[in-house]
Amino acid sequence: MTRPIRIVLMALAMFVAANVIFAALDLTPQIARLSAYNAVFPGRERLPFGNDISQSCNLIVNNLDAMFASHEIAAGAKPANEYRVVLIGDSSVWGVLLKPEETLAAQLNALGMNKTGKKVRAFNLGYPDFSLAKDLLVLNRALAYQPDLVIWLVTLNSLPAGRQMDHALAQANAAELKPLLPAFPITPTAQTFLDKTIVGQRRNLADLARLQLCGPFWAATHQDQLIRANYERWSVDLEADDHFGAFQPPALGDSALAFGVLDAGAKLAQSKGATLLIVNEPMAQSSGKNSDIRYNAFYPRWAYDQYREQMTASAKKFGWTYLDLWNVIPFNEFTNSPVHLAPAGSRMLAERLGEEIRNGK
Amino acid sequence: MRLQKLRDWLAFALSVLAVFVLQPASPVRYLDFWLPFATFALIVGVWFVLAPGALRALKGENLITLVGLAIFVAALSALRYTPACCLTATRPPETAFVLLALGLVGLMAFGLAKLAAQGRYAVIGWGFITLLVALLVILKTDALATAASAFLRGLNAQNPAQAAPTDLSWLGFSYIAFRLMHVLRDLHNGKRANMNLREFVTYVVFAPSLLAGPIDRAERFAKDLRAPYALNISVLGEAGTRLVIGAFKKFVLADALSLMALNAFNAAQTQSPLWMWLLVYAYAFRIFFDFAGYTDMAIGAGRLLGIKLPENFNNPYLKPNLTQFWNSWHITLAQWFRAYWFNPLTRWLRGTRANSVPLMVFIGQISTMLLIGLWHGVTLNFVAWGAWHGVGLFIHNRWADFARGRESLAKYERAFRIGGVILTFHFVALGWVFFALPEFNLSLRVLARLFGVNV
Repeated sequence: MTRPIRIVLMALAMFVAANVIFAALDLTPQIARLSAYNAVFPGRERLPFGNDISQSCNLIVNNLDAMFASHEIAAGAKPANEYRVVLIGDSSVWGVLLKPEETLAAQLNALGMNKTGKKVRAFNLGYPDFSLAKDLLVLNRALAYQPDLVIWLVTLNSLPAGRQMDHALAQANAAELKPLLPAFPITPTAQTFLDKTIVGQRRNLADLARLQLCGPFWAATHQDQLIRANYERWSVDLEADDHFGAFQPPALGDSALAFGVLDAGAKLAQSKGATLLIVNEPMAQSSGKNSDIRYNAFYPRWAYDQYREQMTASAKKFGWTYLDLWNVIPFNEFTNSPVHLAPAGSRMLAERLGEEIRNGK
Repeated sequence: MRLQKLRDWLAFALSVLAVFVLQPASPVRYLDFWLPFATFALIVGVWFVLAPGALRALKGENLITLVGLAIFVAALSALRYTPACCLTATRPPETAFVLLALGLVGLMAFGLAKLAAQGRYAVIGWGFITLLVALLVILKTDALATAASAFLRGLNAQNPAQAAPTDLSWLGFSYIAFRLMHVLRDLHNGKRANMNLREFVTYVVFAPSLLAGPIDRAERFAKDLRAPYALNISVLGEAGTRLVIGAFKKFVLADALSLMALNAFNAAQTQSPLWMWLLVYAYAFRIFFDFAGYTDMAIGAGRLLGIKLPENFNNPYLKPNLTQFWNSWHITLAQWFRAYWFNPLTRWLRGTRANSVPLMVFIGQISTMLLIGLWHGVTLNFVAWGAWHGVGLFIHNRWADFARGRESLAKYERAFRIGGVILTFHFVALGWVFFALPEFNLSLRVLARLFGVNV
């Protein structure tokens, strides 16, 4: 056998062996927990999320271990004098078009509050897009960091029962979600041995590497999102359309919305000794064309009104602490969607939630 | 012999196909067909000037190549009528227009061959060079490219207001133009590239070196093409090694470094000098691994086809001075400019009143580096990058002249060598600030921040 052929065969054998060992030890979760954030680089102020890595050096990894390991909440043990607040929810909590220092969590921290003699510190664990099941996964992980208070901001778009598993994070972590929602029809895809090899995990591993490689960018710029000044504002003039997704007037129906997911979250938080505050997040109300039919591009009036009624009734029924802040922010404080807040709107909401934190139990 | 012929035609066919298939889509209708078409029109035109008695030589293999090329182009456009359409990025134009254009190219070639037969090489050569330079200037100047796109959109009944410089992205033209200018200048200087049409087309658009060079010399390329071809284990090993190393440099190292390399977004946001240095270092290594990786892959792929493409990099960041850096960075481009600009210019300057050595060196090096900068794009930042290196080369030249033969300095040679490597790398890295960023003022702000000055 000639030398080049021997080298190729040896390399091939080593590659196969490395894959077999990698899969047998199921090394991906261990690797995901290794992070340069909070060690070499400062922890991120929000979970990694981004669609254009070349512009903002941020990306979607769909791996909860890696997402939390990169976040500042994982920096160390909770200080004794800290009243820890975690915020979960959709892109409005994450802060689309907001700098890290302008998000709801950052604005709460800027209020410099104290609660029961401890310094209030809020953590941004919001994650785009809409899905309560996705929020529940984040909540489940967040509870390991001993929050005193969890504020879960929701909106009607997060609730349709049929859409809960559409979110990529929920799909990628279906096995973890299943025991949290036993009554929900979740069928996780079983991983084969091949799926667990380096070859099978190549995309995940590349994403994990990219997330670490974005550390210097984050440390240097403190930016994790390209914020364009010339974005398209949310539309004030609306279509004469009274549909809400697949729902048609006059009624959403009794089982259309996934209140069971919210209740699972409430019970989970309670079991870990954390207080849960569920908030119906603010939305923009249009006064433009067809605003008699719709509040905004997301919601027809009939659907949103019914949702609010059902939320209030469910809160009473399940005993949740619930706050309906649907109309507390003026329409001009929203940016590119009816739920994305501008910096001033974010500050207003923080002040309102700040009151609730100060005055709450 | 049969394998040799097969390789010859395979290299030709792959290269021709690559020009059309890899051409990026353009919002200007049919432009992603007409730009590759124009590439071949230019190549055929230059070959008719180049080949001695081209019209008489148009038989046998040359005729097969020409007719085959024409049939291929017509067939490519005819794919628009098939359900599976197409090999080009967007639907090609009507075949009737393509046939008409082929006829016009034929007439042009005939006219050029007649002029060449009369020995009017200077007129034709300079005419072609002027055309190629004009096209390069248009493509590399945003305002001119936008105007050209608006004009082409007007011809196509498209909205000229939507014209953008990126509309005219002509695949590999920077390299194609330089290869054509090289053979035309050599012809003018009495060195005729003796190649048949198939060899010449393969040389100009050789698929492995189409996107990012290197810029080979025609006579060297022809020598490889005519050497006995063998695809044995040693060639496969050599080619495979270069391909793997190149892919690693490009897709692992360069792509990873690109996440932390200097760009307009992170440059504007970074305040700390230390982090800014990190971004600049990352850019310096990213551009090297990206370009060197492409070159390795080109050399590896070329080797499979029996062509030993010239090296383009030789550990440039380990060189102790800027002159050696430019002898080891994008070597074939630097050699091209040396052969066709720097050397003729200094020869000419010797005959003028500006014939003192320092002045000749200064004019020669500044103008050469400015042209290399402009080759990358007609922007203030590329001019600044070129001037930065031109001045650096001049200073090194003067220092080398001063230090030559001084024994008091010779004993520090080792220290000078190590210090030189560090100094040269940092000089080059600081130059990349102009190269990497789109705006001159932002570049100056970054340079200031690197030294702790916030402006």
